[in-house]
Amino acid sequence: MMSLHDDRWKPRLLECEIPASNPKSLQISKPKKVNLRPHFLLLKFAFLPGFKYPVAKTGLPLWMLGLDADRLRADLNRLLAFLFHQGILDEQYLQLQQLQDESSPNFVSEVVNIYFHESEKLLRNLRSLLMDREFSDYDKMGIHLNQFIGSSSSIGAKRVRNVCVAFRAASDQNNRAGCLRALELLEHEYCILKNKLHELFQIEQQRLLAAGVRYPMLN
Amino acid sequence: MRVERVISDENDSFPVGMRVLAVDDDPTCLLLLETLLTKCKYNVTTTSQAITALKMLRENKNKFDLVISDVHMPDMDGFKLLELVGLEMDLPVIMLSANGDTKLVMEGITHGACDYLLKPVRIEELQNIWQHVIRRKKFDRKDRDGSGSQDKPYIDSSEAAGLGNVDHNGKFNKKRKDQNEDEDEERDENGHDNEDLSTQKKPRVVWSVELHRKFVAAVNQLGIEKAVPKKILELMNVENLTRENVASHLQKFRLYLKRISCVANQQANMAAALGSVDSTHLRMGTMNGLGNFHTLAGPDQIHNAAFRSFQHSGVLRRLNTPAGVGISGLPSSGLVQLSPVQNLGNTSTYQRKLQSFVIPGNHNANILQGMPMSLEFYQLQNNRAASHVGQFPSVDNTTVLPVSSISGSLIDAGCSNSPLLGVTSNSLLLEGSSQLPTLHASNLRDSVSGFPNRSTLSDFTSIAPASNQLHGSKADIQDQAFPISCNAGKIISSAPQDWNAPKKDAPYQSNVPSCSINSLRAVNGDMAQLGQCLDQNNPIFNRNVGFDFVDPLSIKCSEGENLAMEPSVIEKEGYLMVQPSRQGIYIPDNEGENFAMEPSVIEKEGYLIVQPRRQGSYIPGNLGSLEDLASAMTKQVSIITSISCGNFFFS
Repeated sequence: MMSLHDDRWKPRLLECEIPASNPKSLQISKPKKVNLRPHFLLLKFAFLPGFKYPVAKTGLPLWMLGLDADRLRADLNRLLAFLFHQGILDEQYLQLQQLQDESSPNFVSEVVNIYFHESEKLLRNLRSLLMDREFSDYDKMGIHLNQFIGSSSSIGAKRVRNVCVAFRAASDQNNRAGCLRALELLEHEYCILKNKLHELFQIEQQRLLAAGVRYPMLN
Repeated sequence: MRVERVISDENDSFPVGMRVLAVDDDPTCLLLLETLLTKCKYNVTTTSQAITALKMLRENKNKFDLVISDVHMPDMDGFKLLELVGLEMDLPVIMLSANGDTKLVMEGITHGACDYLLKPVRIEELQNIWQHVIRRKKFDRKDRDGSGSQDKPYIDSSEAAGLGNVDHNGKFNKKRKDQNEDEDEERDENGHDNEDLSTQKKPRVVWSVELHRKFVAAVNQLGIEKAVPKKILELMNVENLTRENVASHLQKFRLYLKRISCVANQQANMAAALGSVDSTHLRMGTMNGLGNFHTLAGPDQIHNAAFRSFQHSGVLRRLNTPAGVGISGLPSSGLVQLSPVQNLGNTSTYQRKLQSFVIPGNHNANILQGMPMSLEFYQLQNNRAASHVGQFPSVDNTTVLPVSSISGSLIDAGCSNSPLLGVTSNSLLLEGSSQLPTLHASNLRDSVSGFPNRSTLSDFTSIAPASNQLHGSKADIQDQAFPISCNAGKIISSAPQDWNAPKKDAPYQSNVPSCSINSLRAVNGDMAQLGQCLDQNNPIFNRNVGFDFVDPLSIKCSEGENLAMEPSVIEKEGYLMVQPSRQGIYIPDNEGENFAMEPSVIEKEGYLIVQPRRQGSYIPGNLGSLEDLASAMTKQVSIITSISCGNFFFS
């Protein structure tokens, strides 16, 4: 019977370094060798990329002891405050969080996933439109941009939205150079947003795990 | 949860469970909207396609209480959906957009939106949307019962206050009446109401075609500006009609007139338009006309709806009644306009024609044609002093609308055109099939675009001059407008006769219209504009316009008219004959009586009314020769626009 004190656990816990998760997905990638009994399922989610887990005397990682929940929550708040301060996110994101509850426990990550998916499509379309040498259909670009503005503002992605608005203004003036610049800026801002949101979700997941571990019976 | 519950039990947790339909092509926003609405305890259904939304709404009119829709959608313009929903289902619609331009908001209002929200949507805003449902119910009930407001102004304010958009309200009210038309064509006070909103209402007067004719006649007699409910009531001399009923009807009528001018692409519910002879006229006219056409040409649902509408017995009845087609309750004088609708009523033929019509929205044109005429009629009266031209445009609008619906590109683009242009295009459209389409389209565009900015009167005025110039009188018209072919003149002069024998007229060669257009162009400087319009639009419109115009006429004629069916015909057809109308709006009516009324009206104003070609005037692909036109004209005066106007109004 497996126990947490098995040797196979120690190295895993101490030295596991999972390759960075696929940025396209908010799911935390699983460790390669997973053969955990259900009762150790929790540990799956514990394998965060690039994380070296400190191990307590009992051999359990600290996070498993649930002591990190508060720390993680503090991390989360700090990150959120940073993002608000930088203007990357705004209050609308908080509204999203408020909508998440027991009836829709993964609401925020669902919406954000959809947003990423759609936005990448839009960005590809915009780029292909602008790369076309004979591009002249600014109206079409305007339509894409409208959608981008709408979804970004619904997510609370303030900076992305602002760049889109500027982009739309350039497009209305048929200013191709301006549009190209705006597209570059937009892609850049979008990357920042995506990375930060990934980070946010990771911390959130860790926090949930840590909070959950404290009371395993409740899981 | 039914709306009735709200009325019956104010203490009920009404907003809870209110059924909302959310439409947005952006999945992010759609999911967010759905969650927000669920959080507000509404019952939410979502879809990302406008077409699906329409289907859902149509399959059961009572399934939803409110609709929230995005403005920019790939399959259908949000405003179009808005109008359709407003016309067909009379539901409150809230627009949603990331773009908060004043222009767009204005457009939303003109198309009848209850509200316009900006993304990101906040939950606070959504928590109060139920007020739109209640408000509509309350004011609708009040309006129907004719209670509470004796005067037009009063009603205006109450309704306006209620909906925050008089036009919108008027439209919805008319639409409601439309929906009730099917139930009772006769003038009757009954409590028929097949809508939730009306279940709580007291029995109301149903504005049948006859009733409406009398009403329009009375209003014409008094002058649209001087028409007061009390006097109208006296003139109408109808039992069991209260001043309140007349007042509310008058308000709706005025709203309708205004609405017509604002509608660019309306796809009215043909069924409503065709099927309901009663009260729905005003709104029906515009909306139905458009919708019907649209439906016919558009997706299957619409197509079926159109046919259904055509098949509606009411349509046939309308055809037969002087009151005209599609517009119920319009007084005979003004109901001539209805006659076009009647044509539509000729379901079998029309349907065939419609089906064959390649251009969607042609049907709309018909209906619109009917309606606008009525509008024009009134407008003319109102604008006597101002300018006849202004009124004319309204006609154009109606006529144009169908065209526009058909050729969406043309029409949509055209909204911004000057009314005069619109007028001219309308008249031109009326006149010549090929030319008409272009004119029409341009007119539509013009009128459509122009309307929001102008009063309908002005629209008319713009048209009136053109029309006036074209046809100072019947004789003049012949001389001026149709130098090439006296068809126009003949048509005009012979219109009365033709009108009297609408159905029997032989198919009208479209040549006549085209000639008339040409002549118009030649005659009138204004027409020159039209000519330009025609030229530009010709290629596009020909096809479409012909269709549009043909529809009303063809419907009327219904006999052996294959106008609708063939695109070529359409091209030739689609014109409105500009007739020297005194009133400016001449609605050719199949029934002699309508026709008779019009000339008198026309004479007063001396406007040139472009009327859609009546039956027979539609000649597939023969437009060319004047001689043909002449012959065609003589056979029948088909005033597409008039017909369509009447249709619009009534429908």
